[in-house]
Amino acid sequence: MTTLYTSDHEWLRIEGDVATIGITDYAQSQLGDVVFIELPKVGRSFQKAEAAAVVESVKAASDVYAPISGEVVEVNDALVAEPALVNSDADGKAWFFKIKIADKGELGGLMDEAAYAKHTA
Amino acid sequence: MLARESENSLKTTPLHALHIKRGGKMVPFAGYDMPVQYPAGVLKEHLHTRGSAGLFDVSHMGQIVLRAKSGRVENAARALERLVPQDIVAVAPGRQRYAQFTNDAGGILDDLMVANFGDHLFLVVNAACKADDEAHLRAKLSDDCIIEPLPNRALIALQGPKAEAALTKIGADVSAMKFMDAGPRRIGAYDCFVSRSGYTGEDGFEISVPAEQAEALVTALLDDPDVLPIGLGARDSLRLEAGLCLYGHDIDTTTTPVEAALEWSVQKSRRNGGARAGGFPGAEKILSQFDKGAPRRRVGLKAEGRAPVREGAPLFADAASSEQIGKVTSGGFGPSLNAPVAMGYAPSPLAALGTTLFAEVRGQRLPLQVAATPFVPNTYKR
Repeated sequence: MTTLYTSDHEWLRIEGDVATIGITDYAQSQLGDVVFIELPKVGRSFQKAEAAAVVESVKAASDVYAPISGEVVEVNDALVAEPALVNSDADGKAWFFKIKIADKGELGGLMDEAAYAKHTA
Repeated sequence: MLARESENSLKTTPLHALHIKRGGKMVPFAGYDMPVQYPAGVLKEHLHTRGSAGLFDVSHMGQIVLRAKSGRVENAARALERLVPQDIVAVAPGRQRYAQFTNDAGGILDDLMVANFGDHLFLVVNAACKADDEAHLRAKLSDDCIIEPLPNRALIALQGPKAEAALTKIGADVSAMKFMDAGPRRIGAYDCFVSRSGYTGEDGFEISVPAEQAEALVTALLDDPDVLPIGLGARDSLRLEAGLCLYGHDIDTTTTPVEAALEWSVQKSRRNGGARAGGFPGAEKILSQFDKGAPRRRVGLKAEGRAPVREGAPLFADAASSEQIGKVTSGGFGPSLNAPVAMGYAPSPLAALGTTLFAEVRGQRLPLQVAATPFVPNTYKR
């Protein structure tokens, strides 16, 4: 299992041809208290960089972009019920959705943990 | 280097160093470098203010003394009545009143607080408008009045159910003050102007203090574990739940006091048939709206779902219509209500309580109900 990161502060856990996607702990610390999450529908396909989900804090709304192209195969309904999970467990329970990876070549442009740490330093 | 220069051009308040020390996340606001939140975060800061006491730095706001050249406060009050639709003459010594500067079209140039300090008036105006307000006062009232801005005073707000106790602990005698009482008072060693008012819907105080004493006063208040520093983020969510207007958003030069549902702030003496009816900019339009109604009104809006509806969202009468009927002027998540809340303008026929309107958010029409404000009951000490 590999974890990759985008410059937009999303993480992707790659297991076979499925990527689980969430936002990083750094991202949640910048957003503040999350009060609302909107997730895509299962079966919907996204192109890389398309807005796929919405995360809202008390103060502002932010889009979560599909970090890679593919079809949504599962979404985290528990997160919709309890948006504050993003603040308490961004890297774990607060995953957003899973995408069936359309083109593994797109993973090449993403950062590993060390590169992401440098990006947020 | 460019970024640094623009940061350097921001003004700071006398409490700037304290904000940094307390971990404030600083953002530009009305030309000042201000804390949007502290490490506790907007949600906790909001709830702490409603449950205990929150301390806000509002030193960016304008403090102005208005003094009649005659030396008589009634003359300053009469002069100010030429610029606002409120009854200022009736504001008794030691009392404060909410007012608006209007323009010739009946729009609102700024909203402000006016206090009678016995021999002069003390005005608190919005940060973004203070230079224009001062120029406006000078242009219109200089024949009768001396206009004296007080840039060397800080302004703090202490809001919430434990605000009175926190002030008492540091030696202030404010327990006899009621909502909208205001005047010069010593707090311990500090020469303050204190009013029992604020911008959160909670009981609380606003305290003007000489700039050089501000940090010591605030440090003494923050030594109390019941008092937390609160940033602009929670200030906004608190005032939104309290149904209070934010200038430049819910009210501006295009909205009249009647359209803004601020009729309660215009006393009968200034309306048609009153002792000093009219005589303020835009009186013809504003007073005719009192008699005939306004074409649109500011309304409170409660979402049926969980998605916050934010400023700028267009409003529609139904789920399908293409004709926009109004827009949201303030909106977000209300932490005390644990639900989204908003304010906006709707045509008067659609402004009745309980009317369902639709806001467009990310291409979807979300149902909202016209709701009474304040959304959270206020706790003023009457």
